[in-house]
Amino acid sequence: MNENTPVLSMQNIEKAYYGNKVLKGVSLEVMPGEIHAICGENGAGKSTLMNILFGMPVIHNTGGFSGTISMDGEQVSIKHPSDAMKLGIGMVHQEFMLIPGFSIAENIKLNREPRKNGLLSTIFGKKLQKLDEDKMKSDSRAALDKLGLDVDEDIPVAGLPVGYMQFIEIAREIDKENVKVLVFDEPTAVLTESEAASLLAAMKKLAAEGVGILFISHRLDEVIDAADKVTIMRDGTWITTLNKKDTTMEHIAELMVGRKIDLSQKEESAKIDTSKVALSIRNMKVAMPGEVVRGLDLDVYKGEILGLGGLAGQGKIGVANGLMGIYPTEGEIMVGDKKLTLNNPKASIEAKLSFVSEDRRGVGLIPDTSIEMNMVIPAIVNQNRFLKKFGFMSQYDADAIRKNAENYIKELDIRCTGPTQPVRRLSGGNQQKVCIARALLLQPDVLLISEPTRGIDVGAKSLVLDTVVKLNKEYGLTVIMTSSELAELRLICDRIAIVTGGKITDILKPDDSDAKFGMAMSGISGKDGE
Amino acid sequence: MEQLKKNIKAIGLPRIIIVAFLFVLIILAVVQQQNMGTLASDVLVRFGMNMVLSLAMLPAVMAGTGMNYGLPVGLLCGILGGLVSIEIGFRGGVGLVMAMVIAIPLAIAAGYLYGKLINAVQGDEMMVGTYVGYAVVSLMCMGWLILPFKDPAMIWPIGGSGSGLRSTITLSDNYDGILNNLFAFEIGGVTVPTGLILFGLIACGLVYLFSRSKTGICLKAVGDNPRFAVASGISVKKSRMIGTILSTVLGAVGIIVYAQSFGFYQLYNAPLNMAFPPVAAVLLGGATGRVCKISHVILGTFLFQALLTIALPVANQLMPEGGLSEVIRIVVSNGIILYALTQSGGEGDA
Repeated sequence: MNENTPVLSMQNIEKAYYGNKVLKGVSLEVMPGEIHAICGENGAGKSTLMNILFGMPVIHNTGGFSGTISMDGEQVSIKHPSDAMKLGIGMVHQEFMLIPGFSIAENIKLNREPRKNGLLSTIFGKKLQKLDEDKMKSDSRAALDKLGLDVDEDIPVAGLPVGYMQFIEIAREIDKENVKVLVFDEPTAVLTESEAASLLAAMKKLAAEGVGILFISHRLDEVIDAADKVTIMRDGTWITTLNKKDTTMEHIAELMVGRKIDLSQKEESAKIDTSKVALSIRNMKVAMPGEVVRGLDLDVYKGEILGLGGLAGQGKIGVANGLMGIYPTEGEIMVGDKKLTLNNPKASIEAKLSFVSEDRRGVGLIPDTSIEMNMVIPAIVNQNRFLKKFGFMSQYDADAIRKNAENYIKELDIRCTGPTQPVRRLSGGNQQKVCIARALLLQPDVLLISEPTRGIDVGAKSLVLDTVVKLNKEYGLTVIMTSSELAELRLICDRIAIVTGGKITDILKPDDSDAKFGMAMSGISGKDGE
Repeated sequence: MEQLKKNIKAIGLPRIIIVAFLFVLIILAVVQQQNMGTLASDVLVRFGMNMVLSLAMLPAVMAGTGMNYGLPVGLLCGILGGLVSIEIGFRGGVGLVMAMVIAIPLAIAAGYLYGKLINAVQGDEMMVGTYVGYAVVSLMCMGWLILPFKDPAMIWPIGGSGSGLRSTITLSDNYDGILNNLFAFEIGGVTVPTGLILFGLIACGLVYLFSRSKTGICLKAVGDNPRFAVASGISVKKSRMIGTILSTVLGAVGIIVYAQSFGFYQLYNAPLNMAFPPVAAVLLGGATGRVCKISHVILGTFLFQALLTIALPVANQLMPEGGLSEVIRIVVSNGIILYALTQSGGEGDA
């Protein structure tokens, strides 16, 4: 093999989902023995790129992709994950794909078990061969030793610490005989610092043996530590590939975030009045799976738009869900000067908090029910509005509900055939407006709005954002907006708090530098004591 | 063509198939020179006497616990109420009303306990409900033997003063057919059991009003999207509890109406499989495990009962060999139930 032939080369990869381009000509080369990091925000197209490399069905069910993939200089066609495996591409998954009841050795050799002949197989043929358990164990031992993991290969996977599970995943990949390229998709996300360090060491060891490694991580310090080269992606485009020695953490952070933001759109915000606190959060812990909040402190001032930013899985989504009592929450939360009863959505609504959920279809709407009913249900239930009383019975007031829906349809410009249309049939942007209407109907003091523009098209995005700004300006509504899109936070927020690891790392101004945002998102606090 | 397709979608293919099948049966019945007047009267009676039982499915589906396969819980409360009312000595219309008055508190209490269980097994309500039904029916088989009823018309005439309830308790000199005959009239050889059908429709009307009340809206929100309900400050458990209790109460009232038309209270194993016909009826009417409307209840009960009522004499005449009629009855009724259950996935847009 020529030392200068990349073991993996992806050229001009383009991919569209339903007309929406998510990869716009990305190219990438990995040399044997090289650790190549890929950095980018959520939605930059990293996982789509990896799905293409593995021939995942989701790619081919949605019309395939364009561009070429070559290995060792020869063009290959990867139509299915089994093709990728045959070609020697291994993947260490972000979620563990291990069978808890099986032993470590069984997991490592899963579906590739060495077999030997036994009584049944001589009669009934190959399908009934016995497993060669000794060979399974010795192979597994060898793979584990290579990673420096000192654990008995006979014990079951269930109950092992997550760090070990990660190593077993890796052992499974390196046990495959022909592995040439290994992909690590955020391998350190669930590991403790010392585990992460030994994982990086194992990665370097593997690279030294000539395996090409693709390393996806949000932790920039790890990238700087381990990678030889860094490719940066943003919004589906290839930005640049750098040698590690030519760059710094700040530089990568800036390139990752670096969107040109038209700050002229935002009018000079009046000085925030820091004397009135609308919401004060102390030591808040929220057990929301995947978005855990771990002891967060935050003050929200009356009349401001506060942005909550940060990478996915770091806990920003958990804050609003915790405030609304949807996921188990601890801590001390004051709304105005009253203490909020936790873990009770009704109490949160009564405290004049109102929520537009990030999970529009799951939490935000009753899909098969009409627009008008979707708007009024919380108001009926919590505030006894839109009801007519008949003795001990009540009946909803159809006329008032219809009138209300017509008002909001006009005011928020909801495109629909009428108030009785099921919300399922609305476009994402219009569904979002229905959610906003419902939240406003509760006459909140503080509006919590999460991922308001997720999954809606560009035109609708600005309409939704304009609505938020308008509400803030005209009615002095305090808004906490949670979003994965830093650009939109910087567009409309007065202050932006970045949540990393379930805590606020920094509170920034919208016009702070890209590098500052990038650093805060990778968990490095810019200021002391914040 | 487009319009036709739309109409078919709106009505639902299963209903078109069932209606077509019903027509074939009716034509066969005419060809066989069956007494159509009697058949039509029977269809109306069976429609009326099963309506409230089918209606019992609605609150359960509305609150998201799916079809109430634990309906026997309610049925037993209804039967017990009926028997207590007879034991006390109420007769006629008063007896019927008192049966319900006694049965409803029992059903509320039993529904509460059943609801506790339903809330503990979220996701498996239908499976657990089926076995709860079997369990309580068997439990009450013992109950019927040892409960201290004294009315000689109801207990086995064995031993000194007799003990243990009979397996069928006749209402012939009591409120047998009292609703059926209320305002009943005959038209073209068809007897219309006005009172019976009216009672069913009034029950439907009350449930309709309930569904438009604050509590009803809570129930519906929980059933449609529990996560939405939680975020809207609705207690999911409480709503599911209300749905279960209401369903149980309707089951209790339903069996009393059923019994007054049938002429007997059936004890012991009789309520064992009585949850299935109402489930099949609403499913045929277009309901699913998640959506059930009053229209589904009325249409479904009518179709299901009409099919059963007409299919039996027709099949009997086709195969007149002695013992076959009972076999055919079982094959037809369970066949329809099976077909209905295969439709429970729903059509989404119904």
